[in-house]
Amino acid sequence: MRTQLLRTAIGLTAAITTAIIAAVALAAPAFACGGLVGENGTIQLDRTTTLAAYHDGVEHYVTSFEFSGEGEQVGSIVPLPGIPTTVERGGDWTLQRLEREVRPPILTAGAKSAAAAPTASDAQVILQTKIDALDITILKGGGTEVGKWATDHGFLLTPDTPAVLDYYSQRSPIFMAARFDAAAARARGQNAGDGTPIHLTIPLDRPWVPLRILALGRDATSIVKADVFLLTDRRPQLFSADAGVEVERSEPASDLLLADLRADKGMEWMPSEQWLTFLTIDTPAGNLNHDLAASVNPARQPSAVDAGITTADVLNSLSIAGGSDGLALVLVTSAAAALLALIAGSQITWRRRVFYR
Amino acid sequence: MATAGVLPVRSRRLRVALVAGALTIALAVSAFVLIRPTSANAETPLGPGDTTITLTVRHSHFSPDHLVVRSGTLVRFVIRNDDPIGHEFIIGDDGVHRRHETGTEPVHPPRSGEVSIAAGTTAETTFRFTGTTASGTVVYACHLPGHFRYGMSGTVDVVPN
Repeated sequence: MRTQLLRTAIGLTAAITTAIIAAVALAAPAFACGGLVGENGTIQLDRTTTLAAYHDGVEHYVTSFEFSGEGEQVGSIVPLPGIPTTVERGGDWTLQRLEREVRPPILTAGAKSAAAAPTASDAQVILQTKIDALDITILKGGGTEVGKWATDHGFLLTPDTPAVLDYYSQRSPIFMAARFDAAAARARGQNAGDGTPIHLTIPLDRPWVPLRILALGRDATSIVKADVFLLTDRRPQLFSADAGVEVERSEPASDLLLADLRADKGMEWMPSEQWLTFLTIDTPAGNLNHDLAASVNPARQPSAVDAGITTADVLNSLSIAGGSDGLALVLVTSAAAALLALIAGSQITWRRRVFYR
Repeated sequence: MATAGVLPVRSRRLRVALVAGALTIALAVSAFVLIRPTSANAETPLGPGDTTITLTVRHSHFSPDHLVVRSGTLVRFVIRNDDPIGHEFIIGDDGVHRRHETGTEPVHPPRSGEVSIAAGTTAETTFRFTGTTASGTVVYACHLPGHFRYGMSGTVDVVPN
């Protein structure tokens, strides 16, 4: 356990160092992204449910957009870790079944998640499709480009959106914009509370779950509540930098659960063995500033970069440690320590190398 | 015996380590110099003659977010909006800000101390620091829904001429 913590700390330190150097060399801006946007900003989600299932190098991301009954058009922008090969209507059962697995006595409202729609100028449209009353566009671009596409297409973006889009586009320039057409939903006979599950299939070398997006457009004190389910080929190592993200369950998925999920639309790929991790998020929006990194490779720690640790985080922590003079002291001390470590390392051995990520 | 011109392996590695260490120190010092807040320009009083200051907007925040102006100065504010969303620049006393925070005018026509800035564009307005703003602190802000609460504001310290 101690070794694992130590390795995580070392991995984090390495990532943070890289981030500082990159910031100096590139002077890159910081970015961010995602959340629910209503025409008047009043749409609020009670709870969001998401499944990120990772099997054979493919992430199956299932979330649900629920018709609130308010407004004519609402939409959302969701950061994606890669370009999806398919975007299709998910089965109606998957998210409900997962909720039932962890909350068997009461079937509370299932998945909710939706946010505003966009339009863009220089953002590249990768894919467009319509699922029920949802117009879905997969975009590729930086935060500014995707934000411009969104505003050009009528999305009303909250003031925190530019920072969030930039935050995510630094790690993955892929976004899903979904516009919910309330009139179309009514024409289809959908009632308030009816959800439209969306299933994205995304080839990835490691799973990654955006969480900060859930705080988009919310007051810092409003409470974000979300359920996140992970299904992986083996027990994952997880890393989240925020309080209020708790692992409630971590266990082999039961045969019954997997069989039930496999029976749902688009879930035939579900293997016979999976590890189930259930996380809850219950925290003020102002505290939800990062994402969830995961590793299913026993030899590889979850990435601090995947968790959304930024240069600003590092500088803030250094500033907290001692103001600007303290920052100088810490930097110079760190450099001196690095020098000593390098010298010592050169004297001791060059043969033994340990990679923590 | 080592061949002339070729350092023993351990010495070579030590030199590489020293160079790497020196580079690390240089990077650290550079980082501090580059990242350290440079508020000197913002703290230099503008005026007393007519003057121009350029503000940038990024991530729904003004930069700089603090200025010092000599009383009586006519300041031309040039505001560059780098965000993909629209903003506005409103400067004035408490009454002006109260009116805009609760107002419904979506776009402001050009008038002293008030201007709308569309996404990715630059706009300008002028404001003279006289009368009730002759001394003390004057606030500039964006009053589009949620923007002020998000922290999109700055202050001007007005000092005697």
